[in-house]
Amino acid sequence: MSGCQCLLIGGCATIVVAAGGRMTAGQASRAEGLAAWQQVYSVLTHPRCINCHTATAYPQQGDDRHPHRFNVVRGETGMGVPAFTCAACHQRVNADSTGVPGAPGWHLAPLSMQWQDMRDQIMSSGAVCRAVTDRSKNDNLDGAGLLKHHEEEPLVLWAFQPGRGLDRSPRSVPPLTHGEFVAATRTWVEAGLPCPAP
Amino acid sequence: MSLYIDVPARAQSPASPTYPPEAFIHLRPDGTIVIQVNRLEFGQGVQTALPMILAEELDADWSQVVGELAPAADVYKDPIYQLQMTGGSISVPHSFQQYRELGAKMRAMLVAAAAEQWRATPAQCRTENSVVYGPANVSARYADLANDAARRSVPGEVRLKTPSEFRLIGTPVRRLDSRAKCDGSLKFGIDVDLPGLKVALVARPPVYGGRVKRLNDREARAVAGVRDVFEVPVMRGATGIAVVADTFWMAKQARDRLSIEWDLSGVEHPDTSQMLTRYRELSRTTGNVAVNRGDATALDRIPAANRIVADFSFPYLAHTPMEPLNTTIRFDGDHAEAWVPSQFQTMDQIAIAEVLGLEPHQVTFHTEYAGGGFGRRTPLDSHVQREAAAIAKRMRGTPVKVVWTREDDVQGGYYRPMFVHHVEVGIDARGMPMAWRHVVVGQSHIIGTGPPWEGALVKNGVDELVVEGTADSRYAIPNFHVSAHQPTINVPVAQWRSVGMTHNAFVMETLIDELAVRAGIDPIAYRLALLRPDARKLRNPLTLLDEKTKRWRFSVPRDHAVGIACNEYHETGVACAVEVSIENARPRIRRATVTADVGMAINPLTLEAQFQGGIVYGLSQLVEGGAITFSDGRVDQRNFDGHTPPYMQDAPVEMDVHIVPSTEPPTACGECPVPVISPAVVNALFRLTGKRYRALPLTRL
Amino acid sequence: MANYALTVNGRQTEVNVDPGTPLLWVLREHLKMTGTKYGCGIGACGACTVHLGGVATRSCLLPVSLVGSRPIATIETMASDPVGRVVQDVWVAADVVQCGYCQSGQIMTAVALLKTVPKPTDAQIEQGMGGNICRCGTYVRIRQAIARAAQQLG
Repeated sequence: MSGCQCLLIGGCATIVVAAGGRMTAGQASRAEGLAAWQQVYSVLTHPRCINCHTATAYPQQGDDRHPHRFNVVRGETGMGVPAFTCAACHQRVNADSTGVPGAPGWHLAPLSMQWQDMRDQIMSSGAVCRAVTDRSKNDNLDGAGLLKHHEEEPLVLWAFQPGRGLDRSPRSVPPLTHGEFVAATRTWVEAGLPCPAP
Repeated sequence: MSLYIDVPARAQSPASPTYPPEAFIHLRPDGTIVIQVNRLEFGQGVQTALPMILAEELDADWSQVVGELAPAADVYKDPIYQLQMTGGSISVPHSFQQYRELGAKMRAMLVAAAAEQWRATPAQCRTENSVVYGPANVSARYADLANDAARRSVPGEVRLKTPSEFRLIGTPVRRLDSRAKCDGSLKFGIDVDLPGLKVALVARPPVYGGRVKRLNDREARAVAGVRDVFEVPVMRGATGIAVVADTFWMAKQARDRLSIEWDLSGVEHPDTSQMLTRYRELSRTTGNVAVNRGDATALDRIPAANRIVADFSFPYLAHTPMEPLNTTIRFDGDHAEAWVPSQFQTMDQIAIAEVLGLEPHQVTFHTEYAGGGFGRRTPLDSHVQREAAAIAKRMRGTPVKVVWTREDDVQGGYYRPMFVHHVEVGIDARGMPMAWRHVVVGQSHIIGTGPPWEGALVKNGVDELVVEGTADSRYAIPNFHVSAHQPTINVPVAQWRSVGMTHNAFVMETLIDELAVRAGIDPIAYRLALLRPDARKLRNPLTLLDEKTKRWRFSVPRDHAVGIACNEYHETGVACAVEVSIENARPRIRRATVTADVGMAINPLTLEAQFQGGIVYGLSQLVEGGAITFSDGRVDQRNFDGHTPPYMQDAPVEMDVHIVPSTEPPTACGECPVPVISPAVVNALFRLTGKRYRALPLTRL
Repeated sequence: MANYALTVNGRQTEVNVDPGTPLLWVLREHLKMTGTKYGCGIGACGACTVHLGGVATRSCLLPVSLVGSRPIATIETMASDPVGRVVQDVWVAADVVQCGYCQSGQIMTAVALLKTVPKPTDAQIEQGMGGNICRCGTYVRIRQAIARAAQQLG
């Protein structure tokens, strides 16, 4: 399967994706698809991803997923509020010298894409799967669209190169590499986007 | 800061030193009048209030008045304490008379100069807006009379205005420093810049008293712009590593790359949970007795059903003024110059001189504007200045600005100490407390410091500042026993805005509220009934509070509640009513009404600001994250993320402040509102949740 | 060390600094513009707020290497800004400041708010200003001053 390399050049992220990506449904069994989904779920619920997929009026921070400090709020657009936007601190790339993560278009996922409940508890594998595949909630993405999102979306890519904190130690990354994540997504899509119950 | 020795401000002894007006007033040819302010301006408005007082008696054109912060010099010492300092809310009470006399004397000299020119008598002259008017329409500007006036001898006695003659005092005059603080032009201590200035950061041990054992500074020295790296003494016999570089950022990068092995042996490693256990045990035993009024055994005869037993705990608190600590010093061998946002110029100057091997007068000491203080800029050992002087000494000839990062500030000690209280109250048939036994446990920052403060403040082994708010309570409790344990802990502590009141007032005012609820009596009425008849300074604001809140405090919406508290501090009485609801598991203060008896209100606009501000500062005790805790000797918090102050949403949405009309001399202001807000809010919360909150700060409700 | 061309308050300037240097310290120590303040270094307090391409930005967190060509506006230029001037005037008329150290950041944030939302609701004021710390507690007057400034600009 293809790997993926993310190169940060100046302010841009350039993604080099090796060949791959046949998208015919039915190439993977339901069992394989469910196993692949569990892999995908393990990434989606890692702090680097789920911290911005909240159900609340705030994002989360850190591996302990505490509410983002300093009264940072979601706002109507998920980009913060007038005069106190995400862009007040988050730039298009990681700022390692000051410990601030960054990626192009830094903002919160819409509430329809929440993977936690109002008490910041992570939803079950089945619940997240259903939310992610619900086209009325997921920006109308089908399987191919989801795969492309996982391959190319800058904020997704960021999770795998999340930069360093203030103490200069690297932030923790999801349990898969980006390449493995894309591969698992592809398998899951080819299996027809099966979701575990419940 | 409170280092209040019980000398009424009015008592100016006849032997007090005289103050030459020319040291305080400069009348420029262009009409500007520059007035030297013998205090630090750190937000409280003294650089407007003291010039106002002087300008009043001088009959100066206020629009031409400029205030400057005076450098360190004998003539600028507090007239009663004979130390140049800002704290204890003494600035206006102690300098009120002094600045009035300065203004009146200068006015008299100007009038005498004009009268002589016109061959008139002073009685034939009057003054207004920086002009002397003589008989037959002659007049002269102060600016034009200045030289002549300066040659005259300073009168010994002068007539001061009666309050009815005031044109400035008592009016809402806007601050003199506002515009410069709004356009970025006003320089604070941290903004000082000089030719050849270097910046120093210090790596201090993670446990107080630790020492450098081994240093690897190879990586640090490789950072561009680093000038030197060396060991320095830091407070309490500890040592640290100073990094001197061209800029703050370079110094910080270098300091972050130091590899230091610390010797942390031989010093106590404070630990919050261990301390809590130890303090609670101590609080169950009698300490050094501060008050023993009536019958100490009366409580034992009251049945349990008529008793309240309560335990309280309060964490360490950092002050976190917005401008981090800093000092700039240049040492030239036989002389030094210092630029310091200092709350304690006299002691700081002495400390710098001591480290540099100079006499104090050989240290030219400039007072810079400070971005807040709240008690942090005047620990009694001047450790910030001592450290900076040691660095300046090593960097002889080069001005060095030592800057504390916010992390250094949050972790650097000199906190409001941690306290535990154990209280037992016996209630009589009327619902009033008839016996009260109270043990306070917590560090004293005065014991062990020697003269002058220890002798003045420590009696029978009790530091007054540890028990103020309880021991000096104005409630008429016939059998009243207060004692204190003051353990020695390896955490440097200092005064935090309103000092002992911060915890004692919380305990008193929440317990009083509990008693009022039990008795079924309105909390304001209960207090008025329980206060001693002579507690005028509390009765006045409570009565005014009742009047000002009658309209709303009995008819708040169902999910709102009202809480009341009051406190007297340095002869100023404050009362507060808050309307609170719960939003996002936090108290939401919809409104606060604050009343105060401060004697004469010099500037109602400043007073209102100080009260609004002090209320918000007091909320530092309540907000989640408002604690400094220790684990195995190390401070758990690093910055505002861990030690969180009140933000706008934590502050009352609306606040109205009302001053009791008075013509008595002005009493304290700056610290007075701080103690009342936390008990008022938790008293309201009780009515919403049925819970009494006795361990601060609050967590999610 | 690298060279960076910056546009600050309408003027071009060039600095030679380590790329990771936060804009805050470039302003304060290299350009000698001390109106923008250091309060915490972690974006918690807002004292370092500038406008970057019109967006209220916490300069203590922004490495100068990421500024690019975006114009920078600081407190020092607010007197010449139509909204900035009104905000400053109202701040003075309402006697908002106490120690003043946080106020550069408060004013920069308030100006950004009013430029985005000329008639902010109380909730918008509280949320927009909600990340700025004032230890002197001037929040009550800040709220009132912003409402007043909005009226005057209205």
